[in-house]
Amino acid sequence: MSSLNPAAAGPLVGAPAADNYLTHSRGFWSWAATLDHKRIGVMYLAGIFTMFLVGGLFAVLLRSVLLTPDAAAGGVKTIVDANMYNRFFTLHGAVMVFIVIIPGIPAALGNFVLPLMLGAKDVAFPRLNLCSFYLWLIGTAMALASLYWGGVDTGWTFYTPYSTKVGSSGAFGGVVPVVAGAFVLGFSSIFTGLNFIVTIHKLRPPGMTWFRMPLFLWGTYATAVIQVLATPVLGITLLLLLAERLLGIGFFDSELGGDPVLFQHFFWFYSHPAVYIMILPAMGVMSELISVFSHKHIFGYKFIAFSSVAIAILGFLVWGHHMFTSGQSELLGVIFSAITFSIAIPSAVKMFNWLTTLYKGSIDFKAPMCYALSFMWIFGIGGLTGLFLGMMGLDQHLHDTYFVVAHFHYVMAGTIFVFFGAIHYWWPKMTGRMYDEGAAVLASLLMFIGFNMTFFIQFLMGTRGMPRRYYAYRPEFQFHHIVSTMGSYVMLAAVLLLIYVLIKSLRSGRPAPANPWGAGSMEWQCASPPPHDNFKTPPPVVDAYDYESLEWDERVGGYVHRGRRGGPAATH
Amino acid sequence: MTQMADAVHPTSHAAVPHGDAHAHGHHPNLEHHFDSLTQQFDAGKLGMWLFLATEVLLFGGLFCAYAIFRRNHPEVFMYAHQFLDTTWGAINTVVLLVSSFTMAWAVTASQRGQRHLTSILLALTFLGGVGFMVIKAVEYSHKFHDGLMWGVHYDPAKHEHGHGHNGAHGAAATAAHGAADHAAPADHGTAGAAATAAPAASTHPEATTSVHAPETSGQPAATGAEAADLPPERAPLEPSQVALAPAGPAGLHTGGHDLHGPRPDNVHWFFGVYFTMTGLHGLHVLAGMAVIGWLFVRSVRGDFSADYFTPVDLGGLYWHLVDLIWIFLFPLLYLIH
Repeated sequence: MSSLNPAAAGPLVGAPAADNYLTHSRGFWSWAATLDHKRIGVMYLAGIFTMFLVGGLFAVLLRSVLLTPDAAAGGVKTIVDANMYNRFFTLHGAVMVFIVIIPGIPAALGNFVLPLMLGAKDVAFPRLNLCSFYLWLIGTAMALASLYWGGVDTGWTFYTPYSTKVGSSGAFGGVVPVVAGAFVLGFSSIFTGLNFIVTIHKLRPPGMTWFRMPLFLWGTYATAVIQVLATPVLGITLLLLLAERLLGIGFFDSELGGDPVLFQHFFWFYSHPAVYIMILPAMGVMSELISVFSHKHIFGYKFIAFSSVAIAILGFLVWGHHMFTSGQSELLGVIFSAITFSIAIPSAVKMFNWLTTLYKGSIDFKAPMCYALSFMWIFGIGGLTGLFLGMMGLDQHLHDTYFVVAHFHYVMAGTIFVFFGAIHYWWPKMTGRMYDEGAAVLASLLMFIGFNMTFFIQFLMGTRGMPRRYYAYRPEFQFHHIVSTMGSYVMLAAVLLLIYVLIKSLRSGRPAPANPWGAGSMEWQCASPPPHDNFKTPPPVVDAYDYESLEWDERVGGYVHRGRRGGPAATH
Repeated sequence: MTQMADAVHPTSHAAVPHGDAHAHGHHPNLEHHFDSLTQQFDAGKLGMWLFLATEVLLFGGLFCAYAIFRRNHPEVFMYAHQFLDTTWGAINTVVLLVSSFTMAWAVTASQRGQRHLTSILLALTFLGGVGFMVIKAVEYSHKFHDGLMWGVHYDPAKHEHGHGHNGAHGAAATAAHGAADHAAPADHGTAGAAATAAPAASTHPEATTSVHAPETSGQPAATGAEAADLPPERAPLEPSQVALAPAGPAGLHTGGHDLHGPRPDNVHWFFGVYFTMTGLHGLHVLAGMAVIGWLFVRSVRGDFSADYFTPVDLGGLYWHLVDLIWIFLFPLLYLIH
């Protein structure tokens, strides 16, 4: 265990370990050409967080536009015109879905912690991992480049015939770079998933059995399976869309006898499972956070593990619930509706297991825990409103209203809470620095309030008939829109505060101990930040949720294993 | 395969103790994060199989599209597949099968450390890919020439009259039909007026004869007058061609009466499916050839041995998949009954 616990030498003075992954080599190329999963994870995190800010900026702009109904109804739209508004909501959606949330937890945080949690030296294919990152960069650049060609105004779903017929500049338009970019991003996602599956199958050290893996790895594994099995279908769908637009192939073009609804089937066959690509890793992180910050063994480990797999499987069979109003047969609708309801069961299994883990736990309201508890509230609402939308009859009324917008933000944007919680949770491990707990908790509370202000009222708007994606609206909705927009400003403030907290931590944060939270999984057994090779020798595999053997050590400022305290093992 | 790998390099496995990959004397091809060559080989193999699964799913979307279109409109497939050249398709199937054989042999040779033989077999496999692509190019150029293309580019005039490949005749017919096919849907007023003036069923006898005449006579005799006659007669047929919801096998095109029987609506679907499937497959053949070329260079350089042949093995798997997809494409596209 030598060199695994550098801060132990003297509390709070800790120069980080002489050789960690951050100091291992220097210079631009040592990062740009790195094969180290930790550095790739950090680069992903920086990129994804930046794009989160871009996507968020679009959202704040949208909300600001919606402060007033439109000129005809007495308001004045001054920020952007209707066409620009369409481009903003399209890009907001495309950026947040394909560039931020889908790769967010798996590619950024998963890359960093997956091998560490497993006790491996790296992912199975480090070069492929770096390739994934560059594909992500290229795809992102292509998506943003669309602005140069006049932007995209189809909505992030690229429904035909909008996406094949409409466009500001001829056959090319902004649609082509965005769709091609999404194709490239899809391959980035596939390669990440493939890498994780092989890593989990082949690189587990002796003793790390499937049911000893931390639940985050189960979540990541289930996600990776979806990434590998669903994303290729998106790939071919987008290729066909490009062929349609550029070559006039006619599959989706009713003028040529094609079928636009076929596109919707293809698209949702991927994009519904994609929702689980977003949420399963978040649920995995949740299982870690809830258990660690309750200082209590996770309740129902196997149920949580298998519910991830069940969600992954069922997620493939519900895509038709996006198309209740698109003209599919009633029988098909009933089947899709029934399976949609059944997917609530594994989701609820997780919720109840988290609740029972909290029960009689010693709950520690650190920032990651605040984000985790926020997610339970938010996902509870998001999940239950999903049942509303899964009802065929009610969906006729709610389809394409703000109710849907609110629902999927409660689910998909809810994962952003977990993303932030995970950033705070693993921040000491990644950077070797602690952050200001008070300010971070404040940011999380602001975030929670702002989020609910923004989106809860959208449920009300939706049930009263406010359609989504509209630039102008009837004046009776103005109050709702103003509340919603104010909420988005609160969220903006929360994000700015969060950025301040993280930057301040980087500049002057207290050096982090190896295990600041008292967590049991393996990544906390190596130094913060970890050495280049993670583990000189694979550490002994223990129960990741056994907190009895850990105790607080004042000199280290973190948790150590009982019996190692003060002994030679802890001090060098 | 796992057992084989174990059998092939048991010594290297034993020589590298767990968790000590950085010890001196480990195999030069063993990457630092693996404990043994066996583990590395197994990981590579699983990774490749997963990648092949994604490839199958990528094509799966197209097979789905094929199934939907064929289920809904079998007549299109029955009619249009006749324009594919079964002989060339069969030859290509044989070419790919043989190249798969040489590839499999190359894998075995590399496992046995037969470097020279491996290189030769890889070169032969590569040539198989070249042969396939050349034949594909010949087929494609025929299709382009005959207007047997997808969507908006499908031009029945070229193949319905163009069997003699007579330049002058082909051009005239194309011009006439081009006017009918493309102008009529846009010029809605004209087409509608023509339809009411002459509400001819799709089996309009005059249409049949007048369009058919040049074909049966075998003469390049499409005069200007005949060409001018065509549009009004074909005009009533146009609405069915642009129908929003194509209504099954109704609306056979009398203009299509030739060796292949009456031409149904939306024949272009078949060629859309044909070109996307074979086109995507062709791209995969090219990618496979790039892989095999790279393997060839490495093999000549002497990178592979009985201890380390993973890339040849994985490249081989990929090439077999490319082959396998063609094995499905050939009957689905060429051998429809």
